[in-house]
Amino acid sequence: MGLLLFDLVLATVVLLLAGTAIFSRNLTHAVMLFMAFGVMMALAWARLAAPDLALAEAAIGAGLTGALCFTALVRQPAALDSKVATSLLPICFVALITAALLFSVWQIPVSPNPALSHEVSVALPQSGVAHPVTAVLLNFRSWDTLLELLVLLLALLGAQQAQSSLTLYAGWSLSLSWSRLLSPLIILLTGYLLWRGAAAPGGAFQAGALLASGLVVLRLNQQLTWLSWQNPWVRLAALSGLLVFVLTGLFSLLWSSSRLWLEWPTAYAGAVILGIESFATLAIAVTLTLLVVGEPTEERADA
Amino acid sequence: MLSLYVYFTLATLLIGFGAYGVWRGPELLRRILALNIMGAGIFLLMVTLAYRPVLQGEPADSVLHALVLTGLVVAVSATAFALALLGRILQKGKA
Repeated sequence: MGLLLFDLVLATVVLLLAGTAIFSRNLTHAVMLFMAFGVMMALAWARLAAPDLALAEAAIGAGLTGALCFTALVRQPAALDSKVATSLLPICFVALITAALLFSVWQIPVSPNPALSHEVSVALPQSGVAHPVTAVLLNFRSWDTLLELLVLLLALLGAQQAQSSLTLYAGWSLSLSWSRLLSPLIILLTGYLLWRGAAAPGGAFQAGALLASGLVVLRLNQQLTWLSWQNPWVRLAALSGLLVFVLTGLFSLLWSSSRLWLEWPTAYAGAVILGIESFATLAIAVTLTLLVVGEPTEERADA
Repeated sequence: MLSLYVYFTLATLLIGFGAYGVWRGPELLRRILALNIMGAGIFLLMVTLAYRPVLQGEPADSVLHALVLTGLVVAVSATAFALALLGRILQKGKA
């Protein structure tokens, strides 16, 4: 009963935040409400027994997307109050589609078909890790993860092509010292999440997103000036996840007995997965940071 | 049991709200936000489906969790690309 009450309250809050983000007249308010929406979604993932997603969403949805949207907000023209004439046609159309979707979703049987998760639990001892989500991501369905790293890289390349200049202001001294204090803690937490991913919720994505949020805070305070696309080492770091993944896949193709692409031998699987995850964390962190901050022009005058 | 239907309904309504937001706009940035809300609804639907085994005392479906985790990272990179394009459009409008 108590849990149902929590669910109802959470659902109401999430719906209210989403609705106000869409209907609010002021775009700045909409962006702030959207960030709060991200935090509430993290809570919903935690409630639905998905701690991996909760960790990732807390770093990505609430942190990085917020920073991204604020960067976009700076570039918006000044007149932010907007009035829209509400027309009936789109409302009716969307309401009809939503009602049909609701009807069909409610037909889904409550007891699931356990075949796939049963196979995961049977194959888990051979995967080299003890946490099923990590095993699926980096062993059973490693194609997904490989292509995801490729998508990240493509997004970065695309964003580099469409770059528009952003001015960085010299940091406020309090935020500067706080970001310096926080950075060792963030590196420690990143390492912990990465290592824990083998046996418990955590892993490359959560660790990478967390490291990226730390790097973004430092970069916005005009620290780490070497972190830009001009630096060849940074380019190598952004590529490293994909590179190591593909090289490991080729090794497995040539030297393992099964001769299968992306099939790790059981004896070394744990070490292989940890190696790939370490480089993937680095690549995800650097790529997300460059996506958020871009190539800013620095300005020392403002204090 | 009832919670399951609460989250199914919430996911569907989020998809509906997001779709209407993409239609309505009026600013491009708000359309991108609405698209993200729609994506959150779809992820919520998948995670609720993955939650069903928990009601029967088994662990949640890890394949769906892995898919949604991949989806979160792809969604944020797509958003970043869309916002970079948006910045370019606005810069061109000013010049």
